[in-house]
Amino acid sequence: MDSVAPAAVGGDDRSADSVISVRGLRTQFGPQVVHDNLNLDVRRGEVLGVVGGSGTGKSVLLREIIGLMEPAAGTIEVLGHDTRRLAPKEAKSLSGRWGVLFQDGALFSALTVGQNIRVPIQEYTDLPSDLMDDIVRLKVQMSGLPAFACGKFPSELSGGMRKRAGLARALALDPEILFLDEPTAGLDPIGAAAFDQLILGLRRSLGLTVFMVTHDLDSLAAICDRIAVLVDKRVIVDTMANLMETDHPWIQEYFHGPRARAATGAGQTSG
Amino acid sequence: MTAEPFDRLAATRTTDGAAAWLDTDRTEGRLVLRAGGSWTLAHAPALDQRLRAETGRAGQAQVLIDLSAIRSLDTTGAWLIRRTAGDLGERGAAVQVAGLSDDLAGLLDQVEHKPEPMDIEGPSVNKLVELANRMGYASFEFCRSAANLTAFLGMLVVKTAGAVLHPGRLRLRSLVYHMEQTGLNAMPIVGLLSFLIGIVLAYQGAIQLRQFGAEVFTVNLLGVSMLRVLGVLLTAIIIAGRSGSAFTAQIGTMKVNQEVDAMRTIGLDPTEVLVLPRLFALLITLPLLSFYAVIMGLVGGAIMCALVLDISFYQFVNQLRGAITTNDLLVGIIQAPVFAFIIAMVGCYEGLQVSGSAESVGQQTTRSVVESIFIVIILTALFTIIFSNLGI
Repeated sequence: MDSVAPAAVGGDDRSADSVISVRGLRTQFGPQVVHDNLNLDVRRGEVLGVVGGSGTGKSVLLREIIGLMEPAAGTIEVLGHDTRRLAPKEAKSLSGRWGVLFQDGALFSALTVGQNIRVPIQEYTDLPSDLMDDIVRLKVQMSGLPAFACGKFPSELSGGMRKRAGLARALALDPEILFLDEPTAGLDPIGAAAFDQLILGLRRSLGLTVFMVTHDLDSLAAICDRIAVLVDKRVIVDTMANLMETDHPWIQEYFHGPRARAATGAGQTSG
Repeated sequence: MTAEPFDRLAATRTTDGAAAWLDTDRTEGRLVLRAGGSWTLAHAPALDQRLRAETGRAGQAQVLIDLSAIRSLDTTGAWLIRRTAGDLGERGAAVQVAGLSDDLAGLLDQVEHKPEPMDIEGPSVNKLVELANRMGYASFEFCRSAANLTAFLGMLVVKTAGAVLHPGRLRLRSLVYHMEQTGLNAMPIVGLLSFLIGIVLAYQGAIQLRQFGAEVFTVNLLGVSMLRVLGVLLTAIIIAGRSGSAFTAQIGTMKVNQEVDAMRTIGLDPTEVLVLPRLFALLITLPLLSFYAVIMGLVGGAIMCALVLDISFYQFVNQLRGAITTNDLLVGIIQAPVFAFIIAMVGCYEGLQVSGSAESVGQQTTRSVVESIFIVIILTALFTIIFSNLGI
């Protein structure tokens, strides 16, 4: 693993400040190679948007970074730890330092929203229960949920509220890194914009690093510092402005399609 | 940092060696709380205790919370500061919070408001009321599902008759596929279990009958019970657990994926597409499987007889010919299509009852298996009474 060739793409900034560093990653499903010698760095405090066509392995990359899937080859370092060589105890304490929001919230259906948020706090700390409940209420408020949602079961909530509840649970331990899998998919434009602003606000106040898989061009334009594009089994990372100049055909089409023009136009005028 | 702290608190439990501390400085009418270090979740239990103790003491008129030595802060730390300031304020002190760097001040603003009261546990109810509620609901549900199942039965009979009259409308590919799934693929398990039951029955029968020196009648016991009841009952129970549950899960998953809705909008009848092929597949395979189960049971019994009772295979067949008639076989096998109908009907019905979530697929599958086994056993009892009264 140590003899990985210097990264050709996206590997130029292996600085101390990268919280996630992926080197020489290879992912394979049978004969189908999804990632091949993929390198990626995520810097502390940035919002990184991950885009790519269907089947390019965006969600797979996310799952590999958070340790839900084993890559065929390569190393993944998160917060300075090689995720594949951790003892179970270290792995647990590492996973307390990130929060994950799955696509539909992935809330535990047998628990209320409040109890869902309490699960990680209970698991990782031994706070007195009233303080724990205060923190739960705080997270509910921070994620923009109405107070009545706290005692409801996930099945009684709308999709947008489930996402916010999932976000509240992901934020329960004040993580350093927040992983979001299509956070705005399935939300109406107003809800999606509000969610974007919520993420931005949380990033500012909590100093989060955000790794966001998304297809929402508006979010990309509005909140991402850099964008990682998965093409040709590798990843190209740059700012949106620079990516728009890149002459890769897929990137061109992605950022210059009719939808992209509307989104970037709006993003530039508002930002 | 601050002046020599006389009441320093260092929290112990951190991974990175960072500590959090709190100094208190009480002069007349004035309390100064100096917070420092990393005020994070890991230190929260100790800090919480300290702060509670501080706010619990006799109140000073003026309080200054000095945060200039705080290195890192998270929501929990910010909340602790907020809560302390709020609590002291409520006791009539003039509270001033100062010294936080701009980076961290934003976080303190985030938790500015006291959280509204929220109910975390969900609504709580009186246990007795809950019990009555659930009993009422369960009884109502029982009647409702019985009525619905009857309605479904009626609809199914009509459609089945339609399909028999117009066999061209039956989906052959689907039918053959389900025959393979429910019939051919079930053969190993059905065969093995019947074989073992045959062995058990022969052995237990032999022990009892030996007391009368009538070991040879083990063959009669085995033959009659296998042919008339056990072969078909055993098969029906296995198939209810194996294929009935599969029907519910398959159709339920399609319901969750809105495939059933899509079918309706395209103009396909879900009963015709999903239910009838499964129903006919079971109607064909269950009698065959039952016959196969009977044979396997007899083989198991014959082997046991040969090993334990010294009844040779030839003797076994001879005794069996005297013990059973074609009638016995027919009495058993005639039940198979009825059970097949019940299992397919309940399985598909419960599958179509799935609503929305993946959770309900699991619930309906459980219900499907319980209901179909329940009905099958009741019918077995009914058949036995009817046949014995008729003297068949």
